[in-house]
Amino acid sequence: MAATTLAKGITSGLRAAMDKDPKVVLMGEDIGKLGGVFRVTEGLQKDFGEDRVIDTPLAEAGIMGTAIGMALRGYRPVVEIQFDGFVYPAFDHIVSQVAKLRARSLGAVTVPIVIRIPFGGGIGAVEHHSESNESYFAHTAGLRVAVCSNPHDAHWMIQQAVETDDPVVFYEPKRRYWDKGEIGDGPDGALGTARVMREGTDVSLLAYGPMVKTCLQAAQAAEEEGRSVEVVDLRSLAPLDEATVLASVRRTGRAVVVHEASTFLGIGAEISAMVTEQAFYALEAPVLRVGGYNVPYPPSRLEEDFLPDLDRVLDAVDRSLAY
Amino acid sequence: MSDNEVAPLETAFGVEHHVTRADAPDRPASEGGPEMVQLLTPEGERVPDPELDAVVDDLSDEALRGLYRDLVLVRRFDAEATALQRQGELGLWASLLGQEAAQVGSGRALRRQDYAFPTYREHGVAWCRGVDPVNLLGMFRGVNHGGWDPNEKNFHLYTIIIGAQTLHATGYAMGVQRDGDVGTGDDRRDTAVIAYFGDGATSQGDVSEALVFAGVNNSPVVFFCQNNQWAISEPNEKQSRAPLWHRARGFGFPGIRVDGNDVLAVYAVSKRALDAARTGQGPTFIEAFTYRMGAHTTSDDPTKYRVSAEVEVWKHRDPIQRYRRWLTTTEKADPEFFDAVDAEADELGASVRERCLAMPDPDGAEMFAHVYADDHPVMAREREWFSEYHASFEEAR
Repeated sequence: MAATTLAKGITSGLRAAMDKDPKVVLMGEDIGKLGGVFRVTEGLQKDFGEDRVIDTPLAEAGIMGTAIGMALRGYRPVVEIQFDGFVYPAFDHIVSQVAKLRARSLGAVTVPIVIRIPFGGGIGAVEHHSESNESYFAHTAGLRVAVCSNPHDAHWMIQQAVETDDPVVFYEPKRRYWDKGEIGDGPDGALGTARVMREGTDVSLLAYGPMVKTCLQAAQAAEEEGRSVEVVDLRSLAPLDEATVLASVRRTGRAVVVHEASTFLGIGAEISAMVTEQAFYALEAPVLRVGGYNVPYPPSRLEEDFLPDLDRVLDAVDRSLAY
Repeated sequence: MSDNEVAPLETAFGVEHHVTRADAPDRPASEGGPEMVQLLTPEGERVPDPELDAVVDDLSDEALRGLYRDLVLVRRFDAEATALQRQGELGLWASLLGQEAAQVGSGRALRRQDYAFPTYREHGVAWCRGVDPVNLLGMFRGVNHGGWDPNEKNFHLYTIIIGAQTLHATGYAMGVQRDGDVGTGDDRRDTAVIAYFGDGATSQGDVSEALVFAGVNNSPVVFFCQNNQWAISEPNEKQSRAPLWHRARGFGFPGIRVDGNDVLAVYAVSKRALDAARTGQGPTFIEAFTYRMGAHTTSDDPTKYRVSAEVEVWKHRDPIQRYRRWLTTTEKADPEFFDAVDAEADELGASVRERCLAMPDPDGAEMFAHVYADDHPVMAREREWFSEYHASFEEAR
């Protein structure tokens, strides 16, 4: 198969999901004729019609609330939130209804909604277009949170997200939308599993979304200095694939978690606590975190200072190895 | 330009006729104003209505008596639940006292295939849908968060987040449209959805968004607002400058105010609106003008913010008394019937009490049981730990 972009990997994944199950519907702002602001749904309304690819009014709470109703009627809505920072009006419906309806009804109803969120910075955008708000949702029981990092996973993981009866917040690394790669014949593991992207023996880099590529580049650079760095793509933040993370850390004895989100109470904090509780004696160094600073996302002229990059990752690798 | 000068919306429903009716009664705004649809006065006198009389005439005497039975049993159930809360058996209760006609009138206008999305006070609607009243007590007793299967009686779980359910109802109605279950002419297939909410909820963005989505999609949903005059301690004028039913016009569909304490009027208006929805004519906003006779919930003290004289005025408009008078004067029911309903109400109260007390506390591990449909290893590990931790106390004994 020819190389395709991450964005088109999602498009083809959505197309496959819609072909397979007539109950799958897409909802969002500008997703019809325009194909979404990132063109992820391009061509789908033309092929599946306006009843299945729904251009909604410009109201995120309304989109999420009506998606819940559609799900209660037996549909499987895939909701597009246009940008990370626009999800907050829908927050109440996601955490109070989507996450809880199955438990509240003692399993009688499920709301198998996928909430697609293009997230993260690095594209020089204006305010509210570069955020990494995954911790809010990973913290909420009842939701699954998945993050793709490459075209292959994008294509297969979005289909897995549609197939599960649980609601999934599906993060797409917007600055990697145009990265190209091959799409293989099937998914690499079930939804909820992490994947070792590069094996190494000295230190484990644990990352997801846009930072996976950064970490792979860092591992390559480190190799030239004679260091063997393992890179794990977490892929799922809720649940965390603890087994894969722990196995990696037990092999290397050192872990550095990398994400764009601010470090305070971020996924890195959870991983650090989890590894410390479950693999304390395997550790040669404390779990380190490389993430966004604990400030509001800065104006785009400053985002390169805010975002973790190859040098900050290598700096953390050095600090870990220095223990 | 005043609202009255705006041309009425063209709909087969035709309810905006009431706005400009030449023979509209000279009724003050505090009593619902001249536009309010009323078929029974508080004294129990039948007010003729050329549009709605036919709907009432279609009801058999048995069905008319059935409405009375519903009103009385629902009030009795509600009183029992309040008593159970006072005796410590429920943590909280949200009484529907005074709103029985609004709920029974609309609830009985629903068909089996219709779907209702309630707030947490729709005990009367639940009754009409056939939900076991004891199920309604579960969340107030703290043994579950709802715990009935919504699809069994097409009655969604109680929603505590104010107004959220109006969007769920609208989305459900959008699903009904995609299933083709609108306007087929098949009475057992065509489906309407009804969203219940209160006057306070109309301030929520969710409700306005629901009206937008329902309007642009022409969805088969009826927005049934029980204006009980009070949002906890805040009177209606703190929520809205304009009458609530006026809002519908801005969203492009008809609105109507009905006397919420008049079960016949509520039934007739609801049936018309639901029929319009089922036949593909889109949404309607119904404002049922009623009164919350009791506290917001058992935790509330209304004497701090409203005067008893106001409550006395509304006692005179009681939904059950006026309907009983009308059934009596028209000889549709006799004293034996009323006695039998009272006896049945006492039986219901006793049975609800007995079954409430018998409700078991759930097993601790139950909190893990229904969170996810698929495997979740992190939760599974925690659940296992929970079980082992509690088992360790058993072993220590």
